[in-house]
Amino acid sequence: MRRVMTGHKAVAEAMRQIEPDVVAVYPITPQSEIAEYYADYVHDGIVHTELVPVESEHSAMSACVGAAAAGARVMTATSSQGLALLVEVLYIAAGMRLPIVMALANRALSAPINIHCDHSDAYLARDAGAFQIFCESAQEAYDYTLIAQRIAEHGKVRLPGIVNLDGFALTHTAQVVEPLEDEAAKKFVGPFQPVYPLLDVAKPVTWGPFAMPDYYFELKRAQQAAMEEVPAAFLEVQKAYALASGRRYAGFVEGYHLDDADRALVVLGSTAGTAKVAVDALRSKGEKVGLLKIWLYRPFPYHAVAAALAPVKHVAVLDRALSFGAMGALYSDVATALLRAQARPALHNYIYGLGGRDITVEQLEDVLAELGKVRPDEVLRYIGLRE
Amino acid sequence: MAELKGWKDLPIGGVVPGGAAATLNKTGSWRAERPVWNEEKCIQCLQCWFHCPDSSIVVREQKVTGVDYDHCKGCGVCAAICPKDAIDMVPEREGTCAE
Repeated sequence: MRRVMTGHKAVAEAMRQIEPDVVAVYPITPQSEIAEYYADYVHDGIVHTELVPVESEHSAMSACVGAAAAGARVMTATSSQGLALLVEVLYIAAGMRLPIVMALANRALSAPINIHCDHSDAYLARDAGAFQIFCESAQEAYDYTLIAQRIAEHGKVRLPGIVNLDGFALTHTAQVVEPLEDEAAKKFVGPFQPVYPLLDVAKPVTWGPFAMPDYYFELKRAQQAAMEEVPAAFLEVQKAYALASGRRYAGFVEGYHLDDADRALVVLGSTAGTAKVAVDALRSKGEKVGLLKIWLYRPFPYHAVAAALAPVKHVAVLDRALSFGAMGALYSDVATALLRAQARPALHNYIYGLGGRDITVEQLEDVLAELGKVRPDEVLRYIGLRE
Repeated sequence: MAELKGWKDLPIGGVVPGGAAATLNKTGSWRAERPVWNEEKCIQCLQCWFHCPDSSIVVREQKVTGVDYDHCKGCGVCAAICPKDAIDMVPEREGTCAE
């Protein structure tokens, strides 16, 4: 049944249907509503989840690690500074191969303090070992929360996962969302299968032991192998989700009018919606422009990105965060993806939307209009910035 | 030394199945001084057992019976806490660390 709900409500609804054993969470704008909705479900007896109201995000992820090692299905959510505080423990969750799924309501990092959207928090967690998915809409935030749970718990993966949704633009904006029926959602996610649960006292295990130079390297290589299993699991779970929902997600990226495009944008998150309107406007004037939206950000889908962009002549990669002293993080990934392509587009890197700065259809039309006229070089260009 | 396993043969996330794995890893060679327990002076107050950070005071049937030199690091907390000076810290001589 189609309903009107915010991105936060959509994520909370997916969490309600997953009904994890433990949710440990600390409030932070703009994520707090997810925790509030879930606390209501617990209070009202709708879910039988142990809600742990911890004193910080570091404690939230620590409680998640403990509960997951104990053998529980675990979820959490955060934003910005909260992500920064818990990222130490996120590395541990990944190294311990614990399938903790976390919604990340994307918000700019301090200083100056700001509560609005950019992707500096997601980029901060980029190398932590969690897979990351970016969502364009509240519907995607709902769908990918269910999908992420199955990928995280996939037998060949067993890794934490982050579902990114743009702060305010998605989290607080009401959209039409069509959730699954509870039964269908529960059947899709399936029962949790713990691995070496600490609470199985008949089979004692040691979790989180010290590893010296003789074993640390091998354990990290095994962790990389788990990450390398994510793409196959992602496609497998997308396929299963299409059967359960009737909504067909196929692939790590979504191309929009890319097939015959000579100019294109590459974006993460809700800006894809704005970009589609810009592409439509220019297409109606006969211009061959397109868009590449990336769903799976980590592990980065190099081959899919190369295949989608190689035929395009001019590409603008849009980063919603600065990687101080370097080109944008997404640009660097796209450039790596195209390194071995036979025909390579001219690449440009645009920085936009920091601290919630609006990004408009007109601005994206201007970027597309500019492509092919400016020389490609390793220079950052800024959208909507006052000189 | 046991043959080291390759990355494909390790349990997920570095888990050590079986538990109590720390007892297999002998770390007593880190010690510069060893605590020597004097049974005659000991009043069995168990303060050394409470305070030992490495669970290296051996207690059997609620009585101290000695020190686990395979894991004792020689920190001296037991000797410092003992109300009867029943534990002496004695310098290790070369070649005598591991029991």
